[in-house]
Amino acid sequence: MSLKLGRALWRYRGFVLGSVKREFQARYRNSLMGAAWTVLQPLAMITVYTVVFSQLMQARLPGVNDPFAYSIYLCAGLLTWGLFAEIVQRCQTVFLDNGNMIKKLSFPRICLPTIVVSSALVNFAITFAVFLAFLLITGHFPSWVVLSMIPLLLFHTMFAAGLGIAVGVLNVFFRDVGQFVNILLQFWFWFTPIVYSTATLPAVVRPWIRLNPLTPFAQAYQGIFVNGTWPQWSTLWPSIVLATVLCVLALSLFRNRSAEMVDEL
Amino acid sequence: MGDIVVSGLGKAYKSYPSQWSRLAEWINPSGKPKHRLHWVLRDINFHLRAGEAVGIVGANGAGKSTLLKLLTGTTRPTTGKISVNGSVAALLELGMGFHPDFTGRQNAMMGGQLLGLSVEEILRLMPSIEAFAEIGEYIDQPVRTYSSGMQMRLAFSVATARRPDVLIVDEALSVGDSYFQHKSFERIREFRRAGTTLMIVSHDRYAIQTICDRAILLQAGQLIKEGLPVDVLDFYNAMMAERDQLLVRQEKLADGRMKTISGSGEATVAEVRLLNENDETADSVEVGDALELQVRVAIKAPIPRLVLGFMITDRLGQCMYGINTHRLDQPLTDLLPGEEVLYRYRFPANLGKGSYSISLSLSREDSHLDTNYEWRDNAWMFHVVNTRQENFVGTSWLDAKVDISRAAEPDTSRATFP
Repeated sequence: MSLKLGRALWRYRGFVLGSVKREFQARYRNSLMGAAWTVLQPLAMITVYTVVFSQLMQARLPGVNDPFAYSIYLCAGLLTWGLFAEIVQRCQTVFLDNGNMIKKLSFPRICLPTIVVSSALVNFAITFAVFLAFLLITGHFPSWVVLSMIPLLLFHTMFAAGLGIAVGVLNVFFRDVGQFVNILLQFWFWFTPIVYSTATLPAVVRPWIRLNPLTPFAQAYQGIFVNGTWPQWSTLWPSIVLATVLCVLALSLFRNRSAEMVDEL
Repeated sequence: MGDIVVSGLGKAYKSYPSQWSRLAEWINPSGKPKHRLHWVLRDINFHLRAGEAVGIVGANGAGKSTLLKLLTGTTRPTTGKISVNGSVAALLELGMGFHPDFTGRQNAMMGGQLLGLSVEEILRLMPSIEAFAEIGEYIDQPVRTYSSGMQMRLAFSVATARRPDVLIVDEALSVGDSYFQHKSFERIREFRRAGTTLMIVSHDRYAIQTICDRAILLQAGQLIKEGLPVDVLDFYNAMMAERDQLLVRQEKLADGRMKTISGSGEATVAEVRLLNENDETADSVEVGDALELQVRVAIKAPIPRLVLGFMITDRLGQCMYGINTHRLDQPLTDLLPGEEVLYRYRFPANLGKGSYSISLSLSREDSHLDTNYEWRDNAWMFHVVNTRQENFVGTSWLDAKVDISRAAEPDTSRATFP
């Protein structure tokens, strides 16, 4: 069955790639600088964090005495959170937004979330490249450790896509789900060590933060870029298992309900 | 390739009294179902052989669109099975997924990919897509600058760029100017000749009669009639006039055509005769003959106003001429049961060679859709032969005369005749 989904996707790869490309182009259509904006956007963000936090506010990470450390810490967490949030938020409405197309055209529906995930990954790749360039220029590039980003991002994306697709399907039947997830994401952001580090938290709260399946991902990214350390896979595996389970659940939910979904749109 | 077998097909939508009952059912799938099924199609069976063309007719909400959606695979059946052998293309909504900011060419690319074509295939088909759409330079302009007609042209060209084994057409086609409509119908006919099975939903009688070799009538989700387009459409028209009040009868005539009679019956046609110049009943008439149509009407119940109309149609059901006593300003009023009225319409048979049929309508007003006392399809059939007049083509005898004058004297010195 998953094989069938895969084959359908392969047959429509042209459509998926075309859509991703079109979405990218559509954003910068009728603008003079075009794709330059994709680079300027993250560049501005990195500059703001560096200037505001490390220079003006003199914010320092506990135990690290590097003026750039906090802004690198922030970017490592924020950029990857951005990827996660974009996938979840856009998957959540992807079926509703394309309702008319789903009702009128016969094509593999799985293309739709695939387009969302791919286009989020493209955006992330650009932003991330800017971030890596910034690290190179400021002399903070984390050597070979950066390669561990590949498996980390893979599982992180799986987590997001699994959650997003499941929520997207449910949202067709119960609109409350979408509303709920938007609120959940706000809390989730502050319950993940992105702008703060767990070391600054009161001891009572720390075990709770550790229960958050996104905490190990955030900490792994921060470890790579701030300290240049390899991720601790022992803390990561529960999240990886959860990501896999989410994907399987989401796909089976999608398969069982996709026919009914068309009737509901 | 192109066979369609539909057996026991049914489609129902679930309707829940509230969102909470839906939730209850999701949480406990083995419990008592909380929804009611709302059937839009029930027990549909038919078989289409490759290359056949079938028209689907029916009132709004009869289930036509649902049937098409099931055939294209956008929705799945609740009961029964559909098997479609071969590739399916559907013209349900043209221009779906077009992005206004992109050029026609880019959108054509995208549209083709959405149909499952590969990039190479679309590039190969692009010249023919461009040529067929006939939008010229606009192909490289953003689609938002297109008129709706141009958008349709492009969308149709993309959707039909490759010949499918099965083509499914919704009423979508009635958009665009008449030139392009004609052209798109020509393409559909071409596909048919090449063996494409065609399913078409239309309210356009002409479209169905000229393209289809069969028609299916859906009513309230059920297939209530299947047969020759002319018969099914006659039945449908009669049914529409009736809404759902009264009976519609159909009798088979000797030549295989159906005679459909419907109406509430306050007035009824007792006798019909078509007479020629010599007062003989005419089954066969000469072009230009003076004809008289005699209709004896029996009144069965008090009627405030009575209009008799007749319509001559050709073999395909196309109307040649129709008139009624309302339009001729001679309606009768206040008729009583037991009365008989004799109508005598006189007209010349200015028709071309072929067979024609006369339908009669007894109604209160101009249209039988309002009050239909009786509607009688194929009440009289006759042939028109042409032994006396010039041998013209077409269904209307316009009796053209010609004057020719050769303007100048020829220059005999340059004559090249041998």
